[in-house]
Amino acid sequence: MEILQLIFSGLSSGCIYGLIALGFVLIYKATEAVNFAQGDMMMIGSLSIISLTSSTALGLSFIVAIPLMLIIMALIGFLIEKIFITHITGESQIAIAILTIAIGFGLRFIAGVIWGYDPQTLESALIGTYYNFGELVISISEVLVIVTTIALTLLLYYFFAKTKIGVAMVAVSQNQLAAYYMGIPVKKMQSLTWIIAGLLAGVAGFLYSAKSSVDPITGLLGIKAFAAAVIGGFGSLPGALVGGLVVGLVEPFAVRFLPVGYSHLMPYIILVMVLIFRPHGIFSQTYSKKV
Amino acid sequence: MRTIFKTSYDPDINLFKDRFHRLCYAALCIVLILFPFFLNEYFIGELTLTLIWAIAGMGLMILVGQSGQVSLGHSAFMATGAYSVVILQSKLGLPFIFALPAAGLISALLGVLIALPTTRLHGIYLAILTLAISVLVEDIIVLAEPLTGGVNGMFASDIVIFGINFGRYSNIANLYWLVLFTTILLVLVYKNILRTPIGRAFASIRDSEVSASAMGVNVVLTKAVAFGVSSFFTGIAGAFFGHFATAFNYETFNVIMSITILLMIVVGGVGSIHGAFFGAIVITLLPVLISFLRDFIFQGTSINLMAFPGIETGIFSLILILVILFEPRGIYGAWLKTRTYFELFPLYRKDMFRRQKSYLKTERLR
Repeated sequence: MEILQLIFSGLSSGCIYGLIALGFVLIYKATEAVNFAQGDMMMIGSLSIISLTSSTALGLSFIVAIPLMLIIMALIGFLIEKIFITHITGESQIAIAILTIAIGFGLRFIAGVIWGYDPQTLESALIGTYYNFGELVISISEVLVIVTTIALTLLLYYFFAKTKIGVAMVAVSQNQLAAYYMGIPVKKMQSLTWIIAGLLAGVAGFLYSAKSSVDPITGLLGIKAFAAAVIGGFGSLPGALVGGLVVGLVEPFAVRFLPVGYSHLMPYIILVMVLIFRPHGIFSQTYSKKV
Repeated sequence: MRTIFKTSYDPDINLFKDRFHRLCYAALCIVLILFPFFLNEYFIGELTLTLIWAIAGMGLMILVGQSGQVSLGHSAFMATGAYSVVILQSKLGLPFIFALPAAGLISALLGVLIALPTTRLHGIYLAILTLAISVLVEDIIVLAEPLTGGVNGMFASDIVIFGINFGRYSNIANLYWLVLFTTILLVLVYKNILRTPIGRAFASIRDSEVSASAMGVNVVLTKAVAFGVSSFFTGIAGAFFGHFATAFNYETFNVIMSITILLMIVVGGVGSIHGAFFGAIVITLLPVLISFLRDFIFQGTSINLMAFPGIETGIFSLILILVILFEPRGIYGAWLKTRTYFELFPLYRKDMFRRQKSYLKTERLR
């Protein structure tokens, strides 16, 4: 029964990693850039939902607050793309990566100014609610996390596989110039990608705040989500979710069965191992280059 | 505009372009050597720190600027350098003069060990891997408590060479000269590596791995050597950093530090030694400038900037964003443009440094 409990808590935290990783993969799939600020965007989402609903700040109900937060996050994604990313379209991946690292630092600073560095928690009836199935204790927020994540992944998978816009986004990432020739509005596609990434960060942020307390440093969770994205292969949406679940599942077991201090090394060790033995992840999408 | 009339191939690879060039650098060296005689101890300390950052920046520059591999984990090598130089001195009793290169070599060994299994990785994957390694090293330091002092960290005693004291607090001018000497030595090493076959192999794998291997460059070996040399430099910087900070623990060398080193060379200008120095100057000047600005604003408007924690990183990230958007070649690029403007006056055209418009192509189809 203890094993089952560990699996369950692993699944729910794995879903959070998976959601952040989905944000990475989405932007990578559509613009071939890696957004190092995704974790920080999630942190902004968490803190804004906390402020919107907290009785000491705005005190809105969840039905108003969640759409409002999602609009804010979409706007943040849109603005980041419009102000910064468009200007270096077509530059090397590394330049964009460094730019997003800087944006991440900036977001952390802004969050620090607005919210301070004390951890904050979501005020909600959801948090304290638990159901007991025999010895297994399931909190409602964990169920919420798992269900939302699976639904979102399926939705995004369908979006990229079947819809016209999704396919156009993939085309943009594979060859910008050719996409231009095919009449795809490349810049609009990029904006759209970042808006969706912002929304994803918002959802991840909300779910994370339902599980634990948040402060501006929470954004560094993004590094663990990298492990998730890499394990899944950077270009694969279901892969990101699987990677997130692997990282999430390994963690509680490592805490339980490994000596203190070694347990939180595990995600990174897995990451390094995957990169050494399967450099492009388990769901590999790489083909050999023709000269 | 000075034109060099070339009668052999030597001028192409000479360290200095002409006599004027050489004079400039000689003058710079003399000024740097004379600084301790007319600056107070605080500024000498800051200068020393700048030089240490510059060494670390040069280390990363070899990797990023010359061989095109991006590392987000150079704090790991800084840490290796700092810890091993202290451990070699205190546990094995080696004198500093042997412990310093040994610390560099240990870092280099770590670098090669990381590089060998990961040579198949490109760009962003390598960046993520090194990021993970820098997190791992931070934790390994805590776990290896008997050797590293665990969470409590270590104390670096004063550097002593042949009975002369180079302490941070007792003899900062001596420490400054020691670091300056090492920096000049390492700059010469860097410059000379670039004109050896291995240095050109670095550039060839930076520009195209496929063509490099077609030309007979051993890509795996070259990447490993680049990593080794880079981490050697960074290890030396770490060794000095440890002695400069006098006390340090695992938190000193965190992920933020690795990112800072990368950001530093981007702000300075990737691909040139000057860039490492410009970046280092920005890094050390920034806190001074901010505290000056803070007092200035506080007196004028009574707005207290102290109320914003982390304002340094905020301003630094702003500078970085502006640099990447408007001057992708960094401060060195801006300097190059200004110099060309005056050298060619009035013939300079705006398009001279314009880069070709490039379109993105997927790296998955490599």
